[in-house]
Amino acid sequence: MTAPDIRPDPDALLARIHSETTRAERAKLRIYLGYAPGVGKTFSMLSAARELRESGKDVVIGLVETHARYDTAALVLGLEMLPRRKIDYKGRTLEEFDLDAALARKPRVLLLDELAHTNAPGARHAKRWQDVLDLLDAGIDIHTTVNIQHVESLNDVVAQITTVRVRETVPDSILARADEVELVDLPPDELLARLRDGKVYLTEQASRAVDNFFRRGNLLALRELALRRAADRVDLDILAHREANAISTTWPTQERILVCVGPSPASARLIRAAARMAVRLHAPFVAAYVEAVTGPSMSDEDRERLEAHLRLAESLGGDVARLSGATIARALVAHARRENFTRIVIGKPTHSRLRDLVRGSLLDEVVRGSGEIDVHVISGEGVVAPPPRTADGKSGARIDVLAYAAAAGLVTAATSVSVLGRNVFALPDEAMLYLMTIMVVAARLGRGPSVLAAALSVASYDFFFIPPFYTFAVSDARHTLTFSMMFGVGLVISGFTLRIRRQEQEARSREEQTSALYGLSRELGNAVASDEVAEVIASRTAKTFECSAAVIVAGAEGALKVAAESGEVPWSPQEQAVARWVLEHARPAGLSTDTLPGARVTCLPMSSGPVVLGVLALTQRPAKRGFAEYRSFNDAFVRQCAMALERARLAEEGRAAALRARTEEMRSSLLSAVSHDLRTPLAAITGAGTMLRDESVKPTPAQEAELLATIVEEAERLERLVTNLLDMTRIESGAVKVKREWVPLEELVVSALARLEPKLDHRQITTELPDDLPLISVDPVLFEQVFLNLFENASKYTPPGSPLEIRARAQGSEIVVEVADRGPGLRVGEEAHIFEKFVRGARASGGGVGLGLAICRGIVESHGGTLSAENREGGGALFRITLPILGDAPDTSAEPELPRSAEARP
Amino acid sequence: MNEKDALVLVVEDEPQMQRFLRASLTSHGFRLLEASTGASAVVEATTHNPNLVLLDLGLPDVDGIELTRRLREWSRVPIIVISARGREEDKVEALDAGADDYLTKPFGVNELLARIRVAFRHAEQASSDKPTPIIDIGSLHLDLDRREVTVDGREVHLTPIEYKLLVLLAKNAGKVLTHRQILKEVWGPAYAGQSHYVRVRMAELRKKIETDAGRPKLFVTEPGVGYRIRADASP
Repeated sequence: MTAPDIRPDPDALLARIHSETTRAERAKLRIYLGYAPGVGKTFSMLSAARELRESGKDVVIGLVETHARYDTAALVLGLEMLPRRKIDYKGRTLEEFDLDAALARKPRVLLLDELAHTNAPGARHAKRWQDVLDLLDAGIDIHTTVNIQHVESLNDVVAQITTVRVRETVPDSILARADEVELVDLPPDELLARLRDGKVYLTEQASRAVDNFFRRGNLLALRELALRRAADRVDLDILAHREANAISTTWPTQERILVCVGPSPASARLIRAAARMAVRLHAPFVAAYVEAVTGPSMSDEDRERLEAHLRLAESLGGDVARLSGATIARALVAHARRENFTRIVIGKPTHSRLRDLVRGSLLDEVVRGSGEIDVHVISGEGVVAPPPRTADGKSGARIDVLAYAAAAGLVTAATSVSVLGRNVFALPDEAMLYLMTIMVVAARLGRGPSVLAAALSVASYDFFFIPPFYTFAVSDARHTLTFSMMFGVGLVISGFTLRIRRQEQEARSREEQTSALYGLSRELGNAVASDEVAEVIASRTAKTFECSAAVIVAGAEGALKVAAESGEVPWSPQEQAVARWVLEHARPAGLSTDTLPGARVTCLPMSSGPVVLGVLALTQRPAKRGFAEYRSFNDAFVRQCAMALERARLAEEGRAAALRARTEEMRSSLLSAVSHDLRTPLAAITGAGTMLRDESVKPTPAQEAELLATIVEEAERLERLVTNLLDMTRIESGAVKVKREWVPLEELVVSALARLEPKLDHRQITTELPDDLPLISVDPVLFEQVFLNLFENASKYTPPGSPLEIRARAQGSEIVVEVADRGPGLRVGEEAHIFEKFVRGARASGGGVGLGLAICRGIVESHGGTLSAENREGGGALFRITLPILGDAPDTSAEPELPRSAEARP
Repeated sequence: MNEKDALVLVVEDEPQMQRFLRASLTSHGFRLLEASTGASAVVEATTHNPNLVLLDLGLPDVDGIELTRRLREWSRVPIIVISARGREEDKVEALDAGADDYLTKPFGVNELLARIRVAFRHAEQASSDKPTPIIDIGSLHLDLDRREVTVDGREVHLTPIEYKLLVLLAKNAGKVLTHRQILKEVWGPAYAGQSHYVRVRMAELRKKIETDAGRPKLFVTEPGVGYRIRADASP
């Protein structure tokens, strides 16, 4: 071994450090593991808890069954105990562990007996180990007890030993999650003695099984299992210790296990075996399911079973791979090679060799193709396969009867045709006609009717066409062969036809799924903002799953917010609790799940990494696409929704960041504008003022006049800047209220021109304001400012003496006002920017902070209008104001009658 | 009354403005009374009976408009209001409360003197009580007895309303009249809120009287406040 190999792998070390820090922070799980009831798990747990309590730890009993045993009950005394929650179930009152009370009490350590317990209906979770996960998440240390037969991966081993199948199981991942596993051991003879003395409490159910279960041989085997499991655990701890301290002499090669699963019930056993192997080897395992292109398609029931297997694999800590390929073996081996698996676990074939000869052997192919990969073949015996069901088994008896009747009818029709055409047809023709009928029945009506059709056809053929006619008797033995061949061919044809039909159905359903996903992604692609995305998700989910759906996100301060809803989604505190739980735990909950199944909605997390972006709530109706089936499709669907939500969120964050950057940029440009544009006139005024005051230098009258002019001009410039800044601030802050009045446009234009008269001197100004222009409803003060700024702008940016044109026209429901000059015009690309704050035209002359046009636009927009700029033909810039005409202008054409006194006066 | 000896009460609380007003007014021969609060302004006005009041609207103790009202209760002294820009409502309110004119900060000394002159002239006319049948403003000539209006000797035909409007503005030449004041005088009190009547008639008037209606020399629009005829203008 070379030198570098002695050192621990830095990545492994980092991962370890990481896992250790998280372990230090996260709550601890201690499991007392026993091999049978009565070995003293609860007693050990309570004893240890008392010690902890005496050392000052906050220890609380969540739920402990003392079974009225004196020594155990004595230990409970003095420890705080949470009250149990009473659940009414079918007239009985069940006492259950109160998870909410425990979370509210939040002790340092909580004792919770019987990890494998199944909660009463109405509890938050179906299983107690799920409660434990919640408690650990909440930072509460848990001490709990479990018997070895409840460990999921050992489930069928235990069943083999004891012949008792345990229904309540705990996933191995929980045991793996445990920080400490303490084995509580008692020699079987002692346990049996205790049992005889009545010191072991058993439930009614258990006492029935007692004879089977508490046999010495069983107990010895179970004890061995428990000891081994504990030893494995110790091995892992030692390994971890070695890794950390680089004591290792041999670094184990990284093993990876691939287990091939299918819908066959034997697969569950295979998965458990693989999981056990994985634990022993400290290796990850993956359950792979191969959908062979050429293989027969699966019935709904098979599919359900397959999904259950894949879920089992996940619950045992494995990953799931869905593969497809020409043959199962080829796809499996290719995947194993690609992903560097070291072992393949596969089931022992249970069928005859004959089938292998016809269809090829999966095992054989895998073994041949595996190369350096080890192949473990595990028996799948002991499990009775459920009776095969017809493809249409679920569709109800009524339809079946109709189908069988139709099959019989078709055969009758074929018979009638043959009988009528007896003189025309030859015997083989009649056989062909029957075969065709069988095929039609198979294609249209399914397997059962096609078998019936085949039987009826043979019978009719015999009865009508085989001499002696009109009896079922057969004169010639040769005909028997004809019958059996006809029946056989009919069956084979119907088999093929059925398979084609099922594949077609499958293809159609897959196509539906694909198009649903495609539609979703297309619509999501068009949605930009988060709420738009939420809308799309809700409506698409509702449409795809044929139910009502809502998207729920975390609002401000932890409140839940329904971002979008399609149809009626119940939203009582119960549903809210489910949504909140999903947000916090990133696992599905609610209707038809193990967690809070009493709710009326199923909540699915839409998460990106550890962050739950939102919750998809749906009132799942038993539609043809349920959530248990088609899981991969559902996963893809939800994942796509999550991705869209995340994209929208990132985009929004990006926009916010860009806005911040822009604000920052504006602030700095404001600062530079203030420092430069305000200081320059101040400097000029100060300079001129101090010079005039200076006694030592006597300026000439001409100089004096110039200095005075400077002071006045600069002061005016300063005033303009300050006014603009103030106006802008007021417009931006919304302090400006638009006080609309009916005003002739002319007045505003004329007034602005008059005020700017000194600056516009010698310019040719054309105003084209039609006499019939309606009054406009604007704030006269603000709007005069618009013209003032526009004209001032023109005077600033165009050469002296160049003409200025002001035109207005009514255009539909708008009034368009144009201010056009013959100056140098706007530079390309400048049109949009000149209305921004602190942006000054490239050809600016004289002072200004670049606020005039921004103010104009602000005012025009506050009137519901638009202001734009463009270059006009023949040179020069054109500013265009478009204002909506609001309502009818008051009629002022008629002179109101003059009061008499007024008429008489002057 | 000789405006050179006139007593002007300056009500202003800002020292810089006080300094500027003091310098410009005394150098033009006015006698000065100064008050920096509304209370002292009332005392000064009652004890010294000034010929004109320059009133800053932003006083520390009393609202300038309220002060205007109080002064108007017993005195017909011309009041010129000084206010910061952008408070058109205040200006209108002050004018409606009885102020004679307003000045927007910042303003030049010439502007200030012109307004003072106008104010004095109107005060004089009002006190002399002598009807002035002929009004000449630049090339605009009004013969009130004969109801005749000419511009540069060219007769202008006006509707009765336009005529009344023109006469009102001309009689108050140099002084700003608010929309409300004009409506009340020309149309009657019932029309107080209908400022578009004034706006439309003013547009007509400009077209008929101004030489270049697009660039008026005679009629001045005070945005958000009202109108005035420039006393020293020639259309």
